[in-house]
Amino acid sequence: MADKNEILAGLAEIVAEETGLDANEVALDKSFTDDLDIDSLSMMTIVTLAEEKFDVRIPDEEVKNLTTVGDAVTFIEGAQN
Amino acid sequence: MTDVVITGLGATSPLGGDVPTTWEGALAGRSGVRPFDNDWVEKYDLPVHFAGQLAVPTSEVLSRPETRRMDPSAQMAIVAAREAWADAGSPEVDPDRLGAAVSSGIGGIWTLLNGWDTMKEKGANRVLPMSVPMLMPNSPVAYVSLEFGARAGAHAPVSACASGAEAIAAGFEMIQSGRADIVVAGGTEAAIHPLPIAAFAAMAALSKNNDDPQGASRPYDTSRDGFVLGEGSGIVVLESAEHAAARGARVYARLLGLGMTADAHHIAAPEPDGAGQSKAMKFALERAGVTAADISHVNAHATSTPVGDMIEARGIRGVLGSQADHVLLSATKSMTGHLLGGAGALESIFTIKALETRTAPPTINVSSPDPELQVDLVRDTPRELPAEGQLAAINNSFGFGGHNVALVFGTA
Repeated sequence: MADKNEILAGLAEIVAEETGLDANEVALDKSFTDDLDIDSLSMMTIVTLAEEKFDVRIPDEEVKNLTTVGDAVTFIEGAQN
Repeated sequence: MTDVVITGLGATSPLGGDVPTTWEGALAGRSGVRPFDNDWVEKYDLPVHFAGQLAVPTSEVLSRPETRRMDPSAQMAIVAAREAWADAGSPEVDPDRLGAAVSSGIGGIWTLLNGWDTMKEKGANRVLPMSVPMLMPNSPVAYVSLEFGARAGAHAPVSACASGAEAIAAGFEMIQSGRADIVVAGGTEAAIHPLPIAAFAAMAALSKNNDDPQGASRPYDTSRDGFVLGEGSGIVVLESAEHAAARGARVYARLLGLGMTADAHHIAAPEPDGAGQSKAMKFALERAGVTAADISHVNAHATSTPVGDMIEARGIRGVLGSQADHVLLSATKSMTGHLLGGAGALESIFTIKALETRTAPPTINVSSPDPELQVDLVRDTPRELPAEGQLAAINNSFGFGGHNVALVFGTA
């Protein structure tokens, strides 16, 4: 089971791989679309990779609610249980 | 009719990561063929142990996100297209007058098969969302269109091993019909994966000369036993002569004309008398406004198969008649292997460089030429084309399915 910091670090790694952004830019308050410039296809890729990494299920209909990196971290943390 | 010129060249191939090193390797008679340095042979009992693998992996040139979002076939096309575009002087052009025509013969087969492996191991939920945009055969041309903002149209005519040549033909037509001033055109292929190797081997199409990989591709040699799979991309910048002149662009050569026919004979075997191939060459000469006497060089399709090479050679002899005695014939697949959908484009670049430098590249590995060959084959070392006057050359490409494409280029 990963804690909040571990989830953020793992997610930042995935986002960095997918987008070429520096992992340090992937902070909790950042918006995926407005701050990190991630399009919907990249977002779906990140979700698929995060599901595998954290062994969780993130339903498609949930993805639209994940506005910020923090939203995703919180959802993944909850989904682990 | 609008004249079409070539103002930029780009490539990534088994001989080099760009056009200068690829051309230098070809003139030196180097082989780009190498044994596999992985476990495929043991793991899958592959009957073929080698291929013409990229000299410079795309991962050394492109960013990590680029390699994640593009199938290897598109990655190679982008590497070659960026070189070609820069080589053309990164022209200023109205996006609505800029086109793209880039083909692959096979498509994103790595993406398709990796996706299937993932699905079998981990289930449908793990299949990546980028799978479709990566595996579709128009993906390379779509990325090229995106790269340069080409809005006049993006086309990917698919005709197996003639695809790259047919894409250049499509670019030529776009300019001649007035749809575009510039077209980024060419071909790409990244099919060195165990499945296509097994499949081509099952057709008995591949050389199994595992003891001598670099000597395996031997077009016109009596001991030829099949083609050697290669990978890579060749891209040219086609431009209307008027547009090129207006911006003072350097012109490598002219694309004078083309001929395309279909055999309608067999799904994989060429017509035994090569009638369709010969007609493609004849139509290309007619459209180019040249005669056999104007042709001084032919870059042959010549893949090193027992049947195909001589059908083409007899066709060249038939179309050019006595001029065939004065034509220098090159079979550059002896060095690069067969790039399938990339072949017609890379070999167009060889043809263009041959005209520009008035030097025909060699054919390697021919120790015992087929006694039936009645065209002057350039062997082992390059030979000079006539130093004076306008020259013209033919580049042939033929594909499974009976597709025949002949392109006629002329000196600038």
